[in-house]
Amino acid sequence: MAMPLAWRRARLDERRPQTATARTLLFTVPGWPGHLPGQHVDVRLTADDGYQAVRSYSLAAPADADRIELGVQAVADGEVSPYLADDLPTGAEVEIRGPLGNWFVWRREQTEPTLLIAGGSGVVPLAAMIRAHREARSTSPFHLLYSVRTPADIWYGEELTDHREPHLDVQVLYTRQAPPGSPRVPGRLTATDLEKPAARLEPTSPVYVCGPTGFVETAGNLLVDLGRDPATIRTERFG
Amino acid sequence: MSSFSPGFRGRARSLADRLPPGQYPTEQFPVLSAGPTPQVSTDTWAFTITTETGETHSWTWEEMMDLPQQDTVTDIHCVTRWSKFDTPWRGVPFDAFFEDVETSADFVVAHSYGGYTTNLPLEDLLDGKAWVAHTYDGYPLSPEHGGPARLLVPHLYFWKSAKWVRGLRLTHEDEPGFWETVGYHNYGDPWREQRNWGD
Repeated sequence: MAMPLAWRRARLDERRPQTATARTLLFTVPGWPGHLPGQHVDVRLTADDGYQAVRSYSLAAPADADRIELGVQAVADGEVSPYLADDLPTGAEVEIRGPLGNWFVWRREQTEPTLLIAGGSGVVPLAAMIRAHREARSTSPFHLLYSVRTPADIWYGEELTDHREPHLDVQVLYTRQAPPGSPRVPGRLTATDLEKPAARLEPTSPVYVCGPTGFVETAGNLLVDLGRDPATIRTERFG
Repeated sequence: MSSFSPGFRGRARSLADRLPPGQYPTEQFPVLSAGPTPQVSTDTWAFTITTETGETHSWTWEEMMDLPQQDTVTDIHCVTRWSKFDTPWRGVPFDAFFEDVETSADFVVAHSYGGYTTNLPLEDLLDGKAWVAHTYDGYPLSPEHGGPARLLVPHLYFWKSAKWVRGLRLTHEDEPGFWETVGYHNYGDPWREQRNWGD
């Protein structure tokens, strides 16, 4: 019988803005058991009267001893995300339980070319995979297709877009407004966007898709239409 | 005063009797799936029960629609922590499928188009507790929510309500399914908060 996952004290060390509404939160979690890139945690908040609320957030980086990094997108009218994004004081604690999710993960032993497809804040668990890939000095080709509305909506800024890694390709797809001079007309993900990245994959190569439900549905259907084996496509949806 | 999350107030507390521990209510209908959505036509759809002796009972879409239909309005609870109240479904209760099935098995593995599996005790499907649902809120169930037909087992976390269901295999031994193999709880009672292994 597996041990139940414990709730652990987690202290907020640092908060970094990613976009106008998205934040990176860095926590110290004494006793953190480590995790795989792609996994998530439950975060529990407690009000003064004992009321508690729990939500799941993706881990944005590989484990660094007892330090973990979460990506939080403030949802308008959300019960938890606006508090985490802007109100939880640095140095204060929440409770965290995890790691969770053993399906949407990348392991450094994987050597096939890998396609990552992110819609908006769905980039968070994929960023953990990219960072783990970098840490491991993996030579397996990684390709990130990252769909955002405008340049201001890009998370992790230059770390993703200004990379100089030989085994990582990043392509940003703008849906509303692209930077001046972009060859691609702004718009949603299409089969054309996926043809070249998919052609670089091997039949068994994994494709990881994370984003809002509509985005993930579209990407999954397009990949299957392009002949990808559905069993090689791993998805994580939110909203 | 709580030593955690200073200044956090949260929402209304009035739903306590209706909301399992650790859940929050949503008006939306979020989607949890491990992979792409299979596109399944009702022209070729079939639902098959295979007993522990290998005997099979199959229904085409039309045959399934000729079985007794039931409307049910129920609360559903997803392990990703949302709950949705008063969801309206139409489908066939499992008691109708099992009318002529002879079995002494205690467990079932539900199989889906696309390869998904989940395991349940047989008794959790019978006595009006579970359905093969094909209609949601008056409309044919959409593919991303499991259409053309899915299990509806509302007293367990919703991953047990397998989407795109194509059959049940009856077994003497309990055989963990897809999520149950990668970390989700084997039974999944939301009121006992059985989310993960060891809960």
